[in-house]
Amino acid sequence: MTTTTDWKQSAYVAAQAADARVNVELETEGMTLNLGPQHPATHGTLRIVVRLDGEQVVWAEPVCGYMHRGYEKLTEVRTYPQVTTLVNRIDWLGHFCNEVPFILAAEKLMGVEAPPRAQWLRTIFFEMARIANISLFLGDMGVQLGAITPVFYAFRDREYVLNLMESVTGGRFHPNFDRIGGIKDDLPKGWIDETKGVMKRVRDFCDEMEDLLMGNEIFQQRTRGVGVIPPAVAADYGLSGANARASGIDWDLRRDEDYPLAWKEVDFKVWTHPDGDSFARYWVRLQETREAASIIEQLLDGLPSGAIQAKVPRIIKVPAGEAWVHTENPLGEMGYYVVSKGGLGPFRCKIRTPSFNNISILPWLLRGVFVPDVITILASLYFILGDIDR
Amino acid sequence: MGHLLALDLTAYWATTTIKVLVVLGLIPAGALILGYVFLLKMMSFMQSRLGPMEAGPYGTLQLVADGVKFLQKEDIFPDRADRRVFALAPVVVLMSTFLLYMVIPAGPRLIVEDLDTGVIFALAVSSLSVIGVLMAGWASANKYALIGALRAAGQLIAYELPLVLAVVGVAIQAGTFSLQGIVHAQAEGSIFGIGAIGNPFILTQFVGFVLFLAAAQAELSQTPFDMPVAESELVAGYMTEYTGFRFLFFFMGEFGTAFALSAIGATLFLGGWYLPGVHGTLADVVGPLVLGAKIMMVAFLIFWVRFSYPRFREDQLQAIAWKFLIPISLVNILVTGVLKVVVK
Repeated sequence: MTTTTDWKQSAYVAAQAADARVNVELETEGMTLNLGPQHPATHGTLRIVVRLDGEQVVWAEPVCGYMHRGYEKLTEVRTYPQVTTLVNRIDWLGHFCNEVPFILAAEKLMGVEAPPRAQWLRTIFFEMARIANISLFLGDMGVQLGAITPVFYAFRDREYVLNLMESVTGGRFHPNFDRIGGIKDDLPKGWIDETKGVMKRVRDFCDEMEDLLMGNEIFQQRTRGVGVIPPAVAADYGLSGANARASGIDWDLRRDEDYPLAWKEVDFKVWTHPDGDSFARYWVRLQETREAASIIEQLLDGLPSGAIQAKVPRIIKVPAGEAWVHTENPLGEMGYYVVSKGGLGPFRCKIRTPSFNNISILPWLLRGVFVPDVITILASLYFILGDIDR
Repeated sequence: MGHLLALDLTAYWATTTIKVLVVLGLIPAGALILGYVFLLKMMSFMQSRLGPMEAGPYGTLQLVADGVKFLQKEDIFPDRADRRVFALAPVVVLMSTFLLYMVIPAGPRLIVEDLDTGVIFALAVSSLSVIGVLMAGWASANKYALIGALRAAGQLIAYELPLVLAVVGVAIQAGTFSLQGIVHAQAEGSIFGIGAIGNPFILTQFVGFVLFLAAAQAELSQTPFDMPVAESELVAGYMTEYTGFRFLFFFMGEFGTAFALSAIGATLFLGGWYLPGVHGTLADVVGPLVLGAKIMMVAFLIFWVRFSYPRFREDQLQAIAWKFLIPISLVNILVTGVLKVVVK
């Protein structure tokens, strides 16, 4: 009896030794590959240094800062109303969402609150910017996986949302529309009906993406089980937004925080997915786009009348103090910590952007995956370069 | 002295020269047709846009304009490139395309060389292009190019076998490997005794046709099997460092091969140049047009998939080829063989 075991054991040892010899013989030098700063998958100038063994990633590190524009410093030399122009450019796809938390922080310090109509309109534009942002992700994920057609549908249908934004604010990409104590203008005539039509289009677009891309077997093979983030790890790395919700963390600031905005007035569901893989991240964002369309429709139905601007002094001076306001932006949690010394502009403004934290998980997440999966994971984490480097 | 000036068109050198010139003209022509109809127009219509509209009527001359633009570009060699191999690689790729056209019949007498093993020859030379791709990837001194080239070589293992096996069923049914013979077999065949439209093998070899399309897609490295040139991962794969007319060679090779493989597909499964009721000399005139129409049908399927599907991963391609395509094609061969014996 013992002899059999011994024989098996020695055979096992011999096999291991042979394997080891072969491994030593066939051991090849790894390769360091620079994904970026100029690379189609990083849609911008993110650089990811990956150490490859064949096509497998052994080690990876994101290097950011190629597009650093120093917004935190620039806010210090601008007055409060001027800052919105700057911060529009942080997450350039979710333009309006960048303005809201800053204005809210300034209003908090001043003790001003926007009138109800302004609050509702802010929420509407916030959600429209979310649709404009995420719908592009829904198409872009296809491009990263090799399907070139969906992104054109995304661009086509996003255009309707941008046109609506333009007809109110005058800016397609950089509305610069939020003011301390309210918003700049009221809605043009016929805008509400038009918006309802567009929201139907957005839903159709979501259905189309579900049919075209999410239901595709190749897409599912490429995304399911790729880049799995357990909830604990997601929390450790400070992931927020859809990335955290796709890992099963039920956390949405729109619902969990109390803002002078209209989210508390509407009925919406916070979608989560238990899987935490790339497919879950896509799925959660798709549901969120639908949810945003439903939020806008509900808000349009109950839009209050009245003023759109509270009484504020002509020259805005913010009393000394510190305020932190964070909101649920398309990419995740975005916050401004504004320190005022009572002057015309902020003394210091710390900007917390979601993408910066979201990509911090890359060294952990990319270890051991194949090069094509690197692209899938990058696309599914969904970062905007301006949001990483600000 | 007059007889020296008169060209003897039946002489060996004359026919060979004419054939080579015709094929040399066919490659860019095929590439232009497929490039315009599918890459520029069909893709645009699928993506709810118009595509090029300015150069020529409905943008028909856009690719010609692009070609002229490529010729004007600077011929760049990367600093650490292996210059000779780098320069030779596009030619090798184009040469494999050129050889493909040798065995495709466009009419009863319109064929460069009617080889007895035409199908096998065509499939063999079509995989020669991988050598050019490897040369390009290695000589570019670029990591993305190298990964792309190695992926192309790895892909060869996966798709070459299903491609050949898919064709074997047709060869069994036709009883010959000669492409001309396969066309004749389809023309003279009959469906349940009715020989009015011949017997296009797509009816009996439908599984083979689907397998052939899937493998051809991989051979052409088009989506969903475009890992060697995956633009979102590898920039442009093995073509990353190429500019100007060398890039144009790759482009012509890609679309020229697509044209040739569509022609082989049309010949194997759709009856090639054969049109019911057209025989003799008339078939030589009508044949190329009929074949052209059938090529467009096959190419439409290939490009339709290309523009709508995401890309597989390299290991998934291997899994599909070995666990799915090859067993099915083996079963297909078995069934075809049994039926051939039983029915005849």
